[in-house]
Amino acid sequence: MSRLIRMDQTGHTTLAEWSTDDPAAVEAAVAAFRRELDRGYYGVVTTGPGQAEMVRDLPVDADLVIMRAPIAGGQLLP
Amino acid sequence: MSAEQVLPEVATVHWRQRVDADKLVRDARLWTVTTTAHVVPFVAVAGTMVALQPLAAPVSAIALAHAWIIPELYAQRGANVVRPRRKGDVAAEDRAVGFLGDLVDHEARELHARTGLVLEEASLGVWLVGEAGALLVRRGSKRVYCYCVRASDPDLPSGDRIAHLLLALRADEQGFATVANLAFSGARWRVRRRLEPQLRPALDAAVRRAYD
Repeated sequence: MSRLIRMDQTGHTTLAEWSTDDPAAVEAAVAAFRRELDRGYYGVVTTGPGQAEMVRDLPVDADLVIMRAPIAGGQLLP
Repeated sequence: MSAEQVLPEVATVHWRQRVDADKLVRDARLWTVTTTAHVVPFVAVAGTMVALQPLAAPVSAIALAHAWIIPELYAQRGANVVRPRRKGDVAAEDRAVGFLGDLVDHEARELHARTGLVLEEASLGVWLVGEAGALLVRRGSKRVYCYCVRASDPDLPSGDRIAHLLLALRADEQGFATVANLAFSGARWRVRRRLEPQLRPALDAAVRRAYD
């Protein structure tokens, strides 16, 4: 079972779960992925130890797809 | 590198030159020149005043203090990028740390439990990733680069803040360093003694890894 999660204030939230032999679940996951992109999140998959890739479409064969917020350089937090 | 593998956030700092090994060397030189430009005039003033009028020794001492303090303030600024932040909701923190633990190996997990920093080896050197910044130890160098960078959501638990930075670093290391603000670049010893004591073992571990 593959999972789409979003890192957020709760630690992380599972947005969708699917297996490739379930087209309805895949479709729901793709829709959830696009919603997160529209909200400004970025999709990432880990591709091995110390490696990750940005994804713009849901890789349906990935075990785990992570949505992360943008990063920015900036002032130190208080 | 394909367009997909360039961090999208790089577009928000399009005027910056992409950070690579050469850029790091230039940044290091610039920091050295800047520090020298701050220190030398104060030292010169101190020496000249004592030479001209020995009774001005107290004023010379003040000038020397400035020559010492200014680089220390810069180093403090660098060390602050990995200063631990206030923790939020305990359950969220636990979930986030558990998730972060899944992203790293046992050694990095153990170091994070002790210091709150995640050690990550990459092309430019060995990184220590914190909640709102990262330190880069270059291989074969005694210099540390201190970058201020953070996830845009300020309410994330600490583990997720680190995970955001770690995933961005892994996806595009040079882009990560380009987006981040360089808060300080200087001698390792200068940064180490400004780090909170519980963070120092992480820097020591990164240095060992950089020299392996």
